Amino acid sequence: MHELGIAQNIVDTVLLEMQNRKLPAVSAIALRIGALTDVDPEALVFGFEILSKDTVLRQARLNVERIPVRGVCESCGAPFEVEGYVFVCPGCESRSIKLTSGTELDIAYLEVPD
Amino acid sequence: MTEKVTIEQKVLSENDRLAAELRQKFTRHRVLCLNLVSSPGSGKTSLLEKTLAALNHELKIALVAGDVQTENDARRLERAGGKIVRPIVTGGACHLDARMVAKALEAVPLEGLDILFIENVGNLVCPSSYDLGEDMKVVLISTTEGDDKPLKYPGMFRRSSVMVVNKVDLIGSSEFSLATVRENALTINGQLTVIELSCRSGDGLPAWYGWLRSQVRR
Repeated sequence: MHELGIAQNIVDTVLLEMQNRKLPAVSAIALRIGALTDVDPEALVFGFEILSKDTVLRQARLNVERIPVRGVCESCGAPFEVEGYVFVCPGCESRSIKLTSGTELDIAYLEVPD
Repeated sequence: MTEKVTIEQKVLSENDRLAAELRQKFTRHRVLCLNLVSSPGSGKTSLLEKTLAALNHELKIALVAGDVQTENDARRLERAGGKIVRPIVTGGACHLDARMVAKALEAVPLEGLDILFIENVGNLVCPSSYDLGEDMKVVLISTTEGDDKPLKYPGMFRRSSVMVVNKVDLIGSSEFSLATVRENALTINGQLTVIELSCRSGDGLPAWYGWLRSQVRR
């Protein structure tokens, strides 16, 4: 259950950004979470709701975009989506795969009411 | 109406920053740092006890032992001959983070050290997101667990460089198959180095020591 700690990082980061950018309110926080991160979006939203309750973020939603795991075959160069965590090139069956996405745990942008 | 304000920040940027500082220090002092991860009970502490007994006279080893509660593992490592052992009691947290490791290492001189082992909290999920500045993650699995574990925890097996399969002396007492666990792990991570051993019988331990020697930076 490390989602609570991650939720706290999100609250802290966004509050700091609001202060730095002089944003009075935030209505949504857009997150990108890779499928290889072992972060459960539901548990994250639950944690965020608890931790943001007493802050200016109490009205803010978390919008989570799940990022699929993608890789490039280092033998034949083919890019492909890694399905079911099988890191094997569908073209040449090489297991030498470079990850190109799937480990994201990013705050992409904030939605700010006009 | 709303306006989008792009911020593009990593959620764990503070952890990553501290981990990068640690990595820089380890590199500067030519210390090999290994982050040991596994389920509870796979044998992380046993493997470190054996490693100390075998290599303490030729390599200078420091250890950080993380647990949710108790300093039992740290005490075991001291009894096994560990000269520099720092416990981290997380008090509930399911993983170590870079800040905890940096704090535990505050008074530890890195000069002259060959290997720093970080024994993470027994958990195959949460520690995978937290960089501790290590050179490599070493994931342990034991033959009393399921041989499908790599498929259940792909994040950790993908991020690890070495898989140690412990308790091979118990093979035959369960349905665990070495060939299956190897195949499952290599499907997730084709670059994984696989070392099979038993801390109890001693089988395979020389291969582990040999691998450690080959990775030491001096």
